[in-house]
Amino acid sequence: MRAWVFGDNVDTDVLAPGRYMKLPIEEIAKHCLEAIDPSFAAAVRPGDIVVAGRNFGAGSSREQAPAALRHLGVAALVAESFAGLFYRNAINLGLPALVCQQARRIRPGDSLTVNAEAGEIQNLTTGETLACEPIPAHLMQMVRDGGLLAHLEKRCNTTSS
Amino acid sequence: MSQTLAQKLVARAAGRSSVAPGEIVTCKVDLAMMHDSSGPRRVKPMLERLGAKVWDPGKVVVITDHYLPAYDDESRNIIRIAREWVREAGIDSFYDAQGICHIVLPERGHLRPGMFVVGGDSHSPTGGAFAAYMFGVGATEMLGVLVTGEIWLKVPHTIAMEFAGKLGAGVSAKDVMLFLIGRFGLDGGQYQAVEYRGDAIRELSMQERMTLCNMTAELGGQVGLIASDSVTREFLKTEIEIWESDADAPLLAHHRFNAGELPPQVAAPHSPANTKAVHEFRDVKPNLAYIGACTGAKLEDLRMASRILKGRKSKIRLLVAPASLRDQQSAEREGTLQVLLDAGAELLANSCGMCAGYGEHLLPEKAVAISTTARNFKGRMGAASAQVYLASPYTVAASAVAGRVCDPREMLA
Ligand code: SF4
Repeated sequence: MRAWVFGDNVDTDVLAPGRYMKLPIEEIAKHCLEAIDPSFAAAVRPGDIVVAGRNFGAGSSREQAPAALRHLGVAALVAESFAGLFYRNAINLGLPALVCQQARRIRPGDSLTVNAEAGEIQNLTTGETLACEPIPAHLMQMVRDGGLLAHLEKRCNTTSS
Repeated sequence: MSQTLAQKLVARAAGRSSVAPGEIVTCKVDLAMMHDSSGPRRVKPMLERLGAKVWDPGKVVVITDHYLPAYDDESRNIIRIAREWVREAGIDSFYDAQGICHIVLPERGHLRPGMFVVGGDSHSPTGGAFAAYMFGVGATEMLGVLVTGEIWLKVPHTIAMEFAGKLGAGVSAKDVMLFLIGRFGLDGGQYQAVEYRGDAIRELSMQERMTLCNMTAELGGQVGLIASDSVTREFLKTEIEIWESDADAPLLAHHRFNAGELPPQVAAPHSPANTKAVHEFRDVKPNLAYIGACTGAKLEDLRMASRILKGRKSKIRLLVAPASLRDQQSAEREGTLQVLLDAGAELLANSCGMCAGYGEHLLPEKAVAISTTARNFKGRMGAASAQVYLASPYTVAASAVAGRVCDPREMLA
């Protein structure tokens, strides 16, 4: 719903700082993005949307980066582009990541609704509709299942029964 | 149809004669590598939840490197899980405290040209130096591979980075990569295949080639590739297949550079893309020098540092963490290590150490470090206020001696 807006090249060390990586996700999440916005982890609300510029999620393969965002209740990510490895991880964890060339038009605090399959973002604050690249239906199925693990679990159960 | 090296490697793994960029294909995985941080501790509970087993334990390699030396209950536990899980899962290729995964994997003969490999670490493109299609995946995606032996992939386009001529004395693969990342940005690779070519690349040793492919991660490529040749064969000490792009294979972009013109490079805080030529940083006075990491403390890297440090002393704290135990032993035998120690180096374990920002040694508040590692993101190596400059082993060593950022060529003369 509510947009949190960040810049270009937000990296995985900022999303999931190394010194907390040995701890459970609840602890890592408390430090998510703190190096650039110390208030974020405490103030973000379930359903909020993280918006960024180019190459969101640059850096490590650590899945705790998208996992921390998901743990905090972030419902979707919108960015001009994502780092490829981070993008795969986010989708695999059931966190929709939308590539939107017009992401920069979104302001902090704008109220958004996202339709990932149609590739559409409604900005309720400004009344604008922004186009984004749709997430293919088979990937959205996995996202809705709750990510690759839950998806595989479903598959294992169907094949064994 | 003419194909790039990347297309040929993906086609082989997909069981096809050819593939086109942009196509989505499913590939059979020849090898999966994991380390202690993203590996067993993450995949074990997920495998249990699925009630699934590893598809082929003979195709899995596990290496501990991130939480070593273990210094508290949590890190000890993470290492213990790795040790126990490899036994349970029947994985024989387990390298415990032998060095950093990307170095240990080829050192122990697990990589061959033509292979299709996934690694549970973002610097997995290192394997591309061996003309293997190797890329990083997260733990959940690794789980998918462990259960099915397969992974989907969008066939990448290829961006060719061609370097004619020969790198100058005191200029290394690290300078090439910092230059490219500075020039094209952290997303310059567009998650495509980046292929390094040209006479200057052919001249490079395998470990220098590994540095190029390793930092393709910072360039934002999915893989970094170099065709196999006689250098590959000599390193692997076995017959190999030659895998290379067809000369006329279509490229997304073809960038040409003259290697001889490249000066040593330094990346300023807090991004590897903040790169400029070394002389621009003359006024920066680091108080710590770090020679470590997969991208900066292999035998070749230690040799570069020793060429500068021979007969000299470091003015600042100098930490050296050789990238693998074998490389450390080789450095010891040939005298390279002694040169570093005589210069005042403190020796750290053969692990990720400060580079990962996981361990006991972290950069304190207000530290100014010059480091051979791959990333200087804010707070990665410790305090968010720490300033980290990235440079080659030559430049880090020269800066340690001078007590300010220094062009190593001044000391090689
Ligand atoms: S040394 Fe650094 S870059 Fe290399 S694998 Fe370890 S943490 Fe990653």
